[in-house]
Amino acid sequence: MEHVVKSGAPVGQRPRPTKNYLNETTGIWSWMTTLDHKRIGIMYLCGVLTAFFIGGMFALLVRLSLLTPTHKIFGRVLMDAEQYNRAFSLHGIVMVFLFIIPAIPGSLTNFVLPLMIGAKDVAFPRLNLASFYLWCLGLLMALTSIAMGPVDTGWTFYTPYSTTTTGAVPMAAMAAFVLGFSSIFTGLNFIATVHKLRMPGMGWFDMPLFVWGMYSTAVIQVLATPVIGITLVLMVLERVFGIGIFDARMGGDPVLFQHFFWFYSHPAVYIMILPGMAIISELMPTFSKKTIFGYRAIAYSSVSLALVSFIVWGHHMFVAGQSQLANVVFSALTFLVAIPSGVKVFNWLTTMYKGNVSLETPMLYALTFMITFGIGGLTGIPLATLATDVHLTDTYFVVAHFHYVMMGGTVIAFLGGLHYWWPKMTGRMYSETWGRVSAVLVFVGFNTTFLTQFILGSRGMPRRYYNYLDQFQPLHMYSTFGSWILALGFFIMAAYLLASLRKPADAPDNPWGGTTMEWETSSPPIAHNFEEQPVLEHEPYDYRHRVTV
Amino acid sequence: MSTTSIDLQPHGGGHGHEGQDPHFQHHFTTMEQQFDTSKIGMWLFLATEILLFGGLFVGFGLMQGRYPREFVEAHTYLQRSLGALNTIVLLVSSWTMVMAVHSARTNQRKKTVMFLAFTIVCACIFLGVKYFEYSAKFEEGLLPAKYYWHKENSIPACPAGPATATPTIPGCTHGYATFFAFYFMMTGLHGIHIVVGIALLTWIMLRANKGEFSGAYYTPVDLVGLYWHIVDMIWIYLFPLYYLIS
Amino acid sequence: MSTHNEHTPTHAAVPAGAHHEHDISHDPGLYLRTLIALLILTVITVAAAGVHFGSGTANVVIALTIATIKASLVALFFMHLAHDKPVNAIIGVGGFIFLGLFMLFTFLDVGSRVPLLPNNMPAMAQPTPTPTTLNPLLTPPPAPLAPAPSATGAAGGAAAGAEGEHK
Repeated sequence: MEHVVKSGAPVGQRPRPTKNYLNETTGIWSWMTTLDHKRIGIMYLCGVLTAFFIGGMFALLVRLSLLTPTHKIFGRVLMDAEQYNRAFSLHGIVMVFLFIIPAIPGSLTNFVLPLMIGAKDVAFPRLNLASFYLWCLGLLMALTSIAMGPVDTGWTFYTPYSTTTTGAVPMAAMAAFVLGFSSIFTGLNFIATVHKLRMPGMGWFDMPLFVWGMYSTAVIQVLATPVIGITLVLMVLERVFGIGIFDARMGGDPVLFQHFFWFYSHPAVYIMILPGMAIISELMPTFSKKTIFGYRAIAYSSVSLALVSFIVWGHHMFVAGQSQLANVVFSALTFLVAIPSGVKVFNWLTTMYKGNVSLETPMLYALTFMITFGIGGLTGIPLATLATDVHLTDTYFVVAHFHYVMMGGTVIAFLGGLHYWWPKMTGRMYSETWGRVSAVLVFVGFNTTFLTQFILGSRGMPRRYYNYLDQFQPLHMYSTFGSWILALGFFIMAAYLLASLRKPADAPDNPWGGTTMEWETSSPPIAHNFEEQPVLEHEPYDYRHRVTV
Repeated sequence: MSTTSIDLQPHGGGHGHEGQDPHFQHHFTTMEQQFDTSKIGMWLFLATEILLFGGLFVGFGLMQGRYPREFVEAHTYLQRSLGALNTIVLLVSSWTMVMAVHSARTNQRKKTVMFLAFTIVCACIFLGVKYFEYSAKFEEGLLPAKYYWHKENSIPACPAGPATATPTIPGCTHGYATFFAFYFMMTGLHGIHIVVGIALLTWIMLRANKGEFSGAYYTPVDLVGLYWHIVDMIWIYLFPLYYLIS
Repeated sequence: MSTHNEHTPTHAAVPAGAHHEHDISHDPGLYLRTLIALLILTVITVAAAGVHFGSGTANVVIALTIATIKASLVALFFMHLAHDKPVNAIIGVGGFIFLGLFMLFTFLDVGSRVPLLPNNMPAMAQPTPTPTTLNPLLTPPPAPLAPAPSATGAAGGAAAGAEGEHK
């Protein structure tokens, strides 16, 4: 049952090569010095999943503490206020800088993008390996900062608290700096790859939409990340030298720090979501057995999202002391940036319409994405509106909004892509039954955790608060229960994915009937990707010539 | 869907010697593609440098708006002649750099080494002038931020503690301290880039001396040249903002 | 510096990476002329700094304009953008454009801030009493503040504890 070639796939499986990228060379040194984008992608995958686990543990701690307003579990206080602040700060820092920004570009894109464009590798393989090692260094520095002392500023490092508090803030900030360079080099690599390494015949509008999404992401990575670099350096220098750029007592402007910080961090959230959208653009046509609706619209909206994302950062600062004029301008531009996302959602829906939709695990995640990202995106609108934002800002409404778009968007899409490309990367099929079980648990757990937080926020529960009014306890309880369901879903997922690795590597080349180039090579691929240099043969997502069984 | 067979041995477009060129990387199909890709990569890196320094320029501009009088006064303590000298030195080094690239491209090994050596000499002169400037600042107490004490101290220190209604207390040292903080940060970061540049230039010069570069392969010289020109370009903007405002 | 006899590309090893069709871009004479132009512009900008052009802003604008001309010369001729593939120029210029967006919106905010104290909100000039408990069920909410009189009526210079711009 697990080796069935899905309908729509080319009939007949090519003979399996004996050597693939996994067993071509052996030994840990061959992995540590590899220049193969596929191996680097696998190493990244192990790394970011570890980071996700660490960040998730902090999240579970936070939610456990919030189970009761007294923070007592079985009669003992779980964490005091300072430890709570550290827990949510580290949850944010680990999840943002170590997981969600590098995850899809480093793992899935690294693996799949050169295959999709018929290339042998990315443009700069050594830089790719360097990016991975920088990520590892960032991980070490982040762990060091956890051990060194309290980092309780929140992942946003707002001044003047971050410049005056004792603790390991500089180490954490420098970890983020190093991770920023890892991100820059990855983006640089992908831009050059997409420009120069496409296979013969593949023009810009013959590329899969995943490549368009990743290209747009890479543009943001290259342009925005240097600014967070200099911001963190300025913050650390202010601590050390007392410069007086951000601290009002020395004549500085704390809002200036926020401008610097959000100039990167808003485009950063598009670094997070664009890869997720790119994956959905692949899942939708494959699991609807139908060509994507509105290819150019989706391609253009990817690029325009990347560009417009740079001019909306002030919507994080509506109540911080920004001028009224800037508030109005940023609010209007934020409405504008919602449009390309909407374009994509409607195009995906229309792709499914009258398609032959099949509900395998990747598609379950794609459908979850439509719902959860939809909610996340729509709840951004009251936050973009000045009049309502004044009430909702810094409440749980914002927390719920960004978890819906980041987790309900990017993480869900990442899981969909992980399951979609799992047979290609590992050569094994996971258990479809358990995949569906886990997907349902993740859906239920996620919504239970975060839907309640919209209500909490609109009723006034502030974010990042250690304690709360008694009346909020039921909703906090439901949210915590949801986090346990979510955690269960993830543990089951880890179990069946790891279990699949113990099976022999006999997944078909094209189990899902996809039309992009990665499915034209073996699962797992050979070391140099293709036996012969591929040439463009058909339009993207061309399902017309498929034999449907 | 089968893939049309195309021989992966590169033969079209190039000049047939890609297979023998020791610098050819095999995920490319031609040397020209490799060269063009390297250039795109370098320009992308330069864009990140523009944004990295640009952040400091934005901060400087905003602080100037906050302390207009103090900043203008603090400018007078910088020696314009030394700044102008450094500007000329860097412009000449840019010229020697591009001549080095040209010499590499036209297979003139000795000229390549010579021009690279001149570029390094200019860079060292720049650093020497900077050292002279910095030590003068240290002597006079024109130090960044909390270390600012200024020898001719007729300027009262700003009161510590919570700030009062107006962000700038006319005449106290905040503005000067911030000015010199930015001065040292921006010229310091620029100086670090010069040092890295000297290291890169030395490396390239040694490789050029061994005859590694020719018209068929001069990419590293070209790329280091692009880096060097950006370093020069940053100084072209630093110079007027710091030395020419009065 | 000899500039007249270097213009002989050896065709035995035609540079695979060079731009065969653009010998103009690699003309050493062009490089020298660019350097001379740059040096002249440097002299001009130093001289212009000594002249007072009305407001201080005018001096800054002139200095930055000359700097931009110099930077463009370096980019176009020393960095070969004038004769290179356009993608490189787009990347380089793109960096400046996004830097410009950062500057534009940040200056827009900082430049259009209106101080809240003391004219607009005299009621805030007195400190609000700190409540003993945060629970609104136990403490009655504070009385609403009196509406602000017109801005011209309030006396300026009432230096309150907090600065208006930093909440």
